[in-house]
Amino acid sequence: MDLREMLVQLKQDHNVSALAVDEPHRDETYIWVDNRDFRATVAFVQKKLRAPLSMMFCQDRRAAGGGFAVLCSFLCAPLKKWLFVCASISEEAPRFDSLSSVVYSAGLFEREIREMFGIEPCGNSDARGLRLHEENWPAGFFPLRKDFTPPSAAAAPGNHYGFTRVEGEGVFEVPVGPVHAGVIGPGHFRFSSAGEPVINLEIRLGFTHRGAEKLFEGRHSDAVNLAECVAGDSAVGHALAFCHAMEKIYKAEVPLRAVYIRAICLELERMYNHAGDIGGIALDVGFTFPSAFCALIKEKIQALNRDLFGHRFLKGVVCCAGVAKDLDDKRIRLLKSLLEDISRDFAELKRILHASASFIDRVDTTGVLKRKTVEDLGVSGVAARASGLNTDLRKIFNGIYEIARFRVCAESAGDTHARLHVRIAEFEESVRLITEFIHNMPSGSVRNEAISPGAGVALGYAEGWRGPVLYWIAARNDGSIDRCKVVDPSFLNWQGLAYCVLGEIIPDFPVCNKSFDLSYSGSDL
Amino acid sequence: MIDILKTRLVKGVVTKRIAASKTAVYEPAGAQLKALIAEKFGRSLNIREVDTGSCAACESEIIACNNPIYDLSRFGVNFVASPRHADCLLVTGPVSKNMAQALRSTYDAMPEPKFVITLGDCAFDGGPFKGSYYIENGAKSIVPVALHIPGCPPDPETIINSLLNFLRI
Ligand code: SF4
Repeated sequence: MDLREMLVQLKQDHNVSALAVDEPHRDETYIWVDNRDFRATVAFVQKKLRAPLSMMFCQDRRAAGGGFAVLCSFLCAPLKKWLFVCASISEEAPRFDSLSSVVYSAGLFEREIREMFGIEPCGNSDARGLRLHEENWPAGFFPLRKDFTPPSAAAAPGNHYGFTRVEGEGVFEVPVGPVHAGVIGPGHFRFSSAGEPVINLEIRLGFTHRGAEKLFEGRHSDAVNLAECVAGDSAVGHALAFCHAMEKIYKAEVPLRAVYIRAICLELERMYNHAGDIGGIALDVGFTFPSAFCALIKEKIQALNRDLFGHRFLKGVVCCAGVAKDLDDKRIRLLKSLLEDISRDFAELKRILHASASFIDRVDTTGVLKRKTVEDLGVSGVAARASGLNTDLRKIFNGIYEIARFRVCAESAGDTHARLHVRIAEFEESVRLITEFIHNMPSGSVRNEAISPGAGVALGYAEGWRGPVLYWIAARNDGSIDRCKVVDPSFLNWQGLAYCVLGEIIPDFPVCNKSFDLSYSGSDL
Repeated sequence: MIDILKTRLVKGVVTKRIAASKTAVYEPAGAQLKALIAEKFGRSLNIREVDTGSCAACESEIIACNNPIYDLSRFGVNFVASPRHADCLLVTGPVSKNMAQALRSTYDAMPEPKFVITLGDCAFDGGPFKGSYYIENGAKSIVPVALHIPGCPPDPETIINSLLNFLRI
């Protein structure tokens, strides 16, 4: 259905007329409605598009006399578009009707909006903090408001977070974290069990909250270095999404050669992370040999990253309107020969994994996430593709990926085995893609120096190795950032993890966790 | 199983084969480190790592120190699961407000003598997040720091060399 039809129907069915429809970029449409119609419009759009809510956030526009605004966006794959539903919020009555009863995945975003802006999603009953923990942060300080000043006093003693309580005979709780036994990020996991199976898992995050979104404000496109540190193992994905948004606002062309080099980096990042995860899955069921083997493959790719671009995590490669480092012939030869070497190793790894019936038995049917749950929770990326949803931004906004005949890797079982398979298939596809990219890459410059900063809004996106990384940016006249909203796929996917372990035993949690391998810092920002 | 054995026989000891190019610098440094640890700590140096809000790249490099190529544990450096078993606390991340207490408690739980190493620019002074409303700008304000390993993130070779230089003093 096209957009006009949809607006007509919205008027007919719900008596809602759009106040304005903007199309600042070919792939972004903004529908503005009255605050009172916001909820109905979102529900309508979601039903029509049958797409998950991909982001929801607020913006402080009081300096321009516009109060606040709430925006939420949907990916409309058939139209190759992002559709935003937006409403203004007055300063005097900072509230809007909660979407969480019609769009489940909005719930977390609304809690974020409440604590960051002090805007009330009326009807969202979960009043707990998300990242600003009530033990450490006094009430009434909203960091993303423009007139925010940091609190001078600590939080009142005695504040605590109300975990969901499971009651009944024989129910016990196992709290884990935030400091874990391994070398790993901080998060608190609370299992409620009766006997062996997990009845409820509650994940409390926010421990790595560093206030990244606020730090972007006032900076220019050079803030790409900050984007790279939001989730360091996904530095390329974040840098690409950030730069994409800035380039759209500044109307800057990216030279084709740079597009290819960026894609090579994105695929290298996917490869080293997937290799690490496959090893992690093996390790977490006690299969140590392949895990050591994966560590070797990961190390080989990261060493290659350094030889090609000077950084093991590929930080510092992507910059606004291009890349900071070109690949000369010598490096391309190195890349080619190592790719062959790496795929030989990988084929061997695959043989070893598949030759072990007990390993496959261990991951098969473990931690199943149903497609329906994926859709309800707004889970995306690898975890969604393993449950039969074959959404991949590389396919939708294809460009050079289409020329390379990119294939989406999807499975349907939704268990750890399926997630493992998606990773294996994506690794192999990445090797193939890079080979194609090297072949198709034109010569020429790798950076467009003529950028002219200006005002505007834009959504930047990239299919990182975990899934879609989204950066929505609003810039002022001098090109500086006024608001930057970051959504890493981990943010909603943590919910998927909490669901997939229900009914499993606690010792299965590590392997389920590894099969998602989500980012703490990307989620906490 | 047969596959594993076959691979094992064909490949030999993987660490040696692949580490060949690095041996020139890395191995002697490792040997020295091992000797120093034996001299100063008896047998081994046990490290407890705490992430106070890192971007995960620093963790990834610490883990890489234990991959079959660098294999830091053969020089006597172990990463342990409990602060009670640790000689050294290794801190990454800029110390978010939510982790300040956890960092303090972890440090307090360690037996004396103990020392703290910060790893990565974040842990030094907040790095790219310096000045944010929700961080403590590094670990110094919470625990006494004996050594800082710079980088964003420092790679495995830098980590072992820094340890070595530190223990030489
Ligand atoms: S120092 Fe750099 S790599 Fe380490 S946690 Fe901070 S941003 Fe990440």
